[in-house]
Amino acid sequence: MLRTWVSLAVLVAGSTGGAFALRRRCERTGRGRRFFRHPTATTGVAVLTFFVLVAVCAPLVAPYDPSAQPDPVGLQNRPPSWLHPFGTDLYSHDVLSRVVYGAQVSLGVGTLAMLVALTLGAVVGAIAGYTGRWIDAVLMRLVDVGIAVPRMFLLLMAVALWSRLPLGTLIVLIGVTGWFGTSRLVRAEVLSLRERPFVDAARALGARSGRVIFGHVLPNAAAPLIVSAALGIGHVMLLEAALSFLGIGVRPPVASWGNMIADGRDLLTIAPWISLVPGLGIAAVVMSLNAVGDALRDALDPREEAT
Amino acid sequence: MTAWLLRRLAASVAIVFAVLTLTFVLIHLAPGTPFLPSTDDRSVGPEIIARLRRQYGLDRPLPVQYLKYIGSVAHGEFGESFSQHRPVAQALADAVPNTVLLGIAALVIEFTLGIALGAYQAARARRRVDAALSHLTLFFYSVPTFWLGLALLLVFGQWLRWLPVGGVSDPIVHDTLPWAGRVFDTLRHLVLPACTLGLVGAAGTARYQRAAMLEVIHQDYIRTARAKGLSERRVLLRHALRNAVLPVITLLGLSLPFLLTGAVLVETVFSWPGMGKLAADAIFSRDYPVVTAAAILAAAMVALSSVVADLLTALADPRVRLGDGDAA
Repeated sequence: MLRTWVSLAVLVAGSTGGAFALRRRCERTGRGRRFFRHPTATTGVAVLTFFVLVAVCAPLVAPYDPSAQPDPVGLQNRPPSWLHPFGTDLYSHDVLSRVVYGAQVSLGVGTLAMLVALTLGAVVGAIAGYTGRWIDAVLMRLVDVGIAVPRMFLLLMAVALWSRLPLGTLIVLIGVTGWFGTSRLVRAEVLSLRERPFVDAARALGARSGRVIFGHVLPNAAAPLIVSAALGIGHVMLLEAALSFLGIGVRPPVASWGNMIADGRDLLTIAPWISLVPGLGIAAVVMSLNAVGDALRDALDPREEAT
Repeated sequence: MTAWLLRRLAASVAIVFAVLTLTFVLIHLAPGTPFLPSTDDRSVGPEIIARLRRQYGLDRPLPVQYLKYIGSVAHGEFGESFSQHRPVAQALADAVPNTVLLGIAALVIEFTLGIALGAYQAARARRRVDAALSHLTLFFYSVPTFWLGLALLLVFGQWLRWLPVGGVSDPIVHDTLPWAGRVFDTLRHLVLPACTLGLVGAAGTARYQRAAMLEVIHQDYIRTARAKGLSERRVLLRHALRNAVLPVITLLGLSLPFLLTGAVLVETVFSWPGMGKLAADAIFSRDYPVVTAAAILAAAMVALSSVVADLLTALADPRVRLGDGDAA
């Protein structure tokens, strides 16, 4: 237990200190100043760093094994105490340990699924925008269809119909249903970039389309992609939580913040901490991601480059 | 204008058609079939399952099933629900009004509260109230919808016991109540689910409205209005808000998909018998006709609402011309 408190204190101090150190370093550049001008940016960076560190150092931080059931009768639904700071759940699991290990799953699923979506969106958007004509038309109609179906419905159908999905497939599925918006964004960016002289120059040097798209055009469209990535992780984490809450996302015994909320749903009156704690965890991380995303948007906005 | 509308509607039909095909393919790609005997139910023999499959046409080749399905949908027939043993249209007819009621209530909260908050924040930009409200909206914007639902349920339903914890009406006394009492009973049940959906949406709208308003406030005509000596209240409400509300109208059309997604969760949390719960239940019981019908209905609503949003924007903003090449 002492190890948990000490490591938590170290992580809090480290992430806060790290955020302030980063701020001091970045404030020398215009972009960094614009980023940290946001009142919530520093807090956001600190909170995010904290949760990422907790996820990485989970074995160190968690006081118990997250799936250990030391006393399924005597330790059921206990309120928070010194030995179990966030209480215990129906199966006598320690809620703090599960929240700590759940951070690995929730953050991991969020990041990986967002990467899948971002890659797909960037590739499709770039190809559509750069080649134009019928390829563009076909791809964009596809995107129209994808946007018209609520993502939740698509995911529900896919996930529920296949039932027992391994975690990897779930990540790919969430990613595959989430790239439509990104591809529109990238396409719009590419449409304006492809008329620029440096693209003509690359083509004149004999570069093939693939090389022009991925080597020259896409890197210049990185700014909106970074922003949508930051906001996208939060969105995916909410989705994963929702799916797990409905019982079709991450399945127990693996702990994710979503399925922990589901675990506590029926015990809300007698043991509210089981649901409330992981929910606050999601809220904290998604809030920070949104704050950092907003700040990034301002910092990377080329219209403000001049100021 | 008419040409634009026709083109947009044709595109919407094409989208709905594509969604229909997509759901059909997805469902038949998935392993597992309906009428599969569950492990604890040995009483249903294979011959009965074969008969049921024949009865619902599941033994036909896929292209035939697909064409038959398109034909019946074109006639407004969505087939018969496997699990509820009644026409899908009937199940939908029961569920849709509940979702519409919930959706409208949530939208009203989302836009009145969101626009008011955003405008107020913009008027007090960079002061302490604005910062506090920014944190608050960021919180509600980031919180999982179903978790907020559970939290509200715990506080107002269980601890304070002010409001009922679920359902659309009181199962025992509702039918004995007089007309006004029944309306009041339904409204009481509506408060928590509508607030859950509405608060999350209002947070997003407020963030958007604040940014739109701030952009407008720095423009020349606002300075002119102030220079004319108009009261600050009049400048903000009549001159600034009017123009800052325009982009939010577009948001109204875009918010429908989120509303439907939220409905799946909120209806599950509050056992609200609407479309979201119907679809979620149907998916778990592999009730194909209901799943497909719900997906088609959802897609149609989303496609239509984006057309309506564009129309509203054009009506509210004379600078927007419809039909100039933006057929997509």
